[in-house]
Amino acid sequence: MHTNMHTITLDSETDFDGWRKAARRLAQNEVKPADVTWTVRGGEPELFAAEDNLPEAAEGTFNVSAKFVELAKAAILHRNPERFALLYRLLWRLRSHHGLLNAATDPDVAAVSAMARAVHRDEHKMHAFVRFREVGREQKSYFVAWFEPEHHIVELAAPFFASRFADMPWSILTPDVCAHWDGHEITITPGVAKSEAPGEDRLEETWRRYYASIFNPARLKVKAMQTEMPRKYWRNLPEASMIKPLIESAERSTSAMIANEATEPHKPQKRQDTPMAPKQAHDTIAALREQAADCRACPLWKNATQTVFGEGPQTASIMMVGEQPGDKEDIAGHPFVGPAGQMLDRALEEAGIDRRKVYVTNAVKHFKFVPRGKVRLHQKPSTPEIRACRPWYERELAAIEPELVVALGATAAQSVLGKVTPINRNRGRLIDHDGTKVLVTVHPSYLLRLPDADAKAREYRHFVDDLKIAAALLGQSANAA
Amino acid sequence: MDVQRKLAILADAAKYDASCASSGTEQRDSRDGKGLGSTAPGMGICHSYAPDGRCISLLKVLLTNACNYDCLYCVNRASSNVPRARFTIDEVVKLTLDFYRRNYIEGLFLSSGIIRSADYTMEQVVSVARKLREEHHFRGYIHLKTIPEADDALIAEAGKYADRLSINIEMPEENSLARLAPEKDARAIRRTMGRLRLKLDEAQEKAATKTKPPRFAPAGQSTQMIVGADSANDRTILATSANLYGAYRLKRVYYSAFSPIPDASRALPLIAPPLVREHRLYQADWLMRFYGFDVGEIVEGHGSGMLPLDIDPKLAWALRHRDRFPLDVNRASREELLRVPGFGRKAIERIIATRRVSSIRIADLTRLHIPRNKALPFIVLSDHRPSARLLDEAGLVERFKPKATQLGFGF
Repeated sequence: MHTNMHTITLDSETDFDGWRKAARRLAQNEVKPADVTWTVRGGEPELFAAEDNLPEAAEGTFNVSAKFVELAKAAILHRNPERFALLYRLLWRLRSHHGLLNAATDPDVAAVSAMARAVHRDEHKMHAFVRFREVGREQKSYFVAWFEPEHHIVELAAPFFASRFADMPWSILTPDVCAHWDGHEITITPGVAKSEAPGEDRLEETWRRYYASIFNPARLKVKAMQTEMPRKYWRNLPEASMIKPLIESAERSTSAMIANEATEPHKPQKRQDTPMAPKQAHDTIAALREQAADCRACPLWKNATQTVFGEGPQTASIMMVGEQPGDKEDIAGHPFVGPAGQMLDRALEEAGIDRRKVYVTNAVKHFKFVPRGKVRLHQKPSTPEIRACRPWYERELAAIEPELVVALGATAAQSVLGKVTPINRNRGRLIDHDGTKVLVTVHPSYLLRLPDADAKAREYRHFVDDLKIAAALLGQSANAA
Repeated sequence: MDVQRKLAILADAAKYDASCASSGTEQRDSRDGKGLGSTAPGMGICHSYAPDGRCISLLKVLLTNACNYDCLYCVNRASSNVPRARFTIDEVVKLTLDFYRRNYIEGLFLSSGIIRSADYTMEQVVSVARKLREEHHFRGYIHLKTIPEADDALIAEAGKYADRLSINIEMPEENSLARLAPEKDARAIRRTMGRLRLKLDEAQEKAATKTKPPRFAPAGQSTQMIVGADSANDRTILATSANLYGAYRLKRVYYSAFSPIPDASRALPLIAPPLVREHRLYQADWLMRFYGFDVGEIVEGHGSGMLPLDIDPKLAWALRHRDRFPLDVNRASREELLRVPGFGRKAIERIIATRRVSSIRIADLTRLHIPRNKALPFIVLSDHRPSARLLDEAGLVERFKPKATQLGFGF
């Protein structure tokens, strides 16, 4: 025997600590991977069974990444007998090549990763495919399962069952080892034969009935099933006895469904698309809102959640018109409830206008947007959309007869004044339009979009100043009255 | 009627709902010894698979399959002659617990036909969840179907007990819903999805502050669209999905190929379900959510508006944009790599980590789980460059078409 050969005997198939201790000492003594043989106690005796000849502990330590430890802890549970040697070789190489674990294409890294993945998959399948059978009834019952794992995963998988079924005693029996839970702790005992496990459970017939009923024979996809539930698991699954008969009868039952005389459908109720109803002499806001809910005058209704109609007292002396509802308004069904609405509330208060006496609405009453992943990006309404929606504004105006209309932003100004109206040249003064006083100012969302804090503060002051014109007008008329 | 017979009827009635997910909720367990069950954050568990290839994760049943509505595509419609049954609340609770203790399921997915009124039906559904959670301290997964017109207080309570809530949009277009499901109101469906989103947002916003938020469906909301019962094309379907994802923050849109049902209506196509089309829609949905594609790129403006059935939508996109290829895998950005046929998100993360250490070669593709034949014409590696001619060849498309398939199920 070569004098430099080392044979390491681990306590069990899952003895990670033993492997780690030995590997550390071997590496510190510069023992090459080719000079180590790994065995497990109680395994097949080697012809030249040598005593463990672990070299003496050397000075100093070395570190490996947590990622390697995690990978090794999983891979060591693989049933491949080469795993101990492979892991030692990877450890050996890692000492001089720190980035090695990131090289998914390195053969050793790929092999160890594949083992770890196989172990985790097996663990996941054990969580899925263990089937408990009840022994005894009710208060005194005990749940026992028989399972045949592919790798050495029973100890790894057992805590899952303990935290899920904490209030019931259970045992999972396997040929390797058995795990038991008594309500307090997990114990591990040696493996047993299948005959030790109970052969049936009173619920299994019901479970099979469910399995058969939830299956849709018109969508037979046997391969997809087998990929996820390989045959090797079938022998311990009570429902697996149904697989063959279900497949065999699938075609028959599907063609029967297709061949059977179809029944005559009920006559569908007529649903009416309500184009805009003709103008009534005495619209109330409530009635208008109801009519507008079904508005199809432009295509924007299609992608929006709902029509967001104006809100406020019918006796309001100010009517504020915004552009269109935003994301929040579309969901809530109320105008000015999003960030721009909060900005408006603040500005109104500073200008001395009671929000409760203001009627707020929008030039366009459906939200126009494009979806971008999990958000919706606001889109400016087009002139045809503004025009299509204008009759609602006209009817709101007629119903409320406010002393002043405040148009917030370009879209509102265009709708209210009937033509494209630049804000900056027209803000800050009262405009007479067809006998209605109109004040034009910016939309509060414009303020929200300004990136620079100074500009934001300045523009906000300007906005409040505009609103003060409205406040002054109301003050005058209140005094006159 | 015994419980087994009821179960057969009410599971049969529930199977056209594709969702069986048990993922994406908060972490819970019963280590305190006071209850039963646990949930894992992230991945759910599929406890079995039926021969239709679908996962069985939850006990998926209706409380009753009696229904006031007459939706033509639905096996439970009022005018159908299928046998009817109704579980009591205790029967569903007991079945759930019995199945759960045997590790058959992750929890319950409960839906119901509409009986009496929306509120009455919702109250019945919520009662089951309430009993499971409050009396039995059940900590497994619960998915409840939400009835669109139901009262806000009932919806809030449903969200308190459930992990996930869902309302099915059913049809990609409002006019087909009006035609096929005259009692359903597409607007009410969307408004209620909006109501759910508001509550989900609220629960999340408050979670960020100190006040304890009202618990509300930590696994979010999902919906389902039936494919092939009306004439909507794939572009319309995907645009509807994009809209729903953006508007209501849905976790998932499920596509369900319209499938022949017992006692079917004459108004609908009685043909085998379009399973390949359904599969392509799921792939396209993935491209939208995880690969940075938008609807207009996946199904371009001209043409039939349908996805090709013989090749996947990403490959089809790449073949339409050959000028963007070949792409140097050792240099390309993540966004560019996401557009290479055969490259999945995990493989791309591994490529990005690996190429810092060593350059990627042909032999590495297998270790990265990338299908060579699909990817090679589109990529440059340190020892591979596709011939300049190959990408221009009209015949390149043929290369990817599946060989004639064998009949039968390969079983």
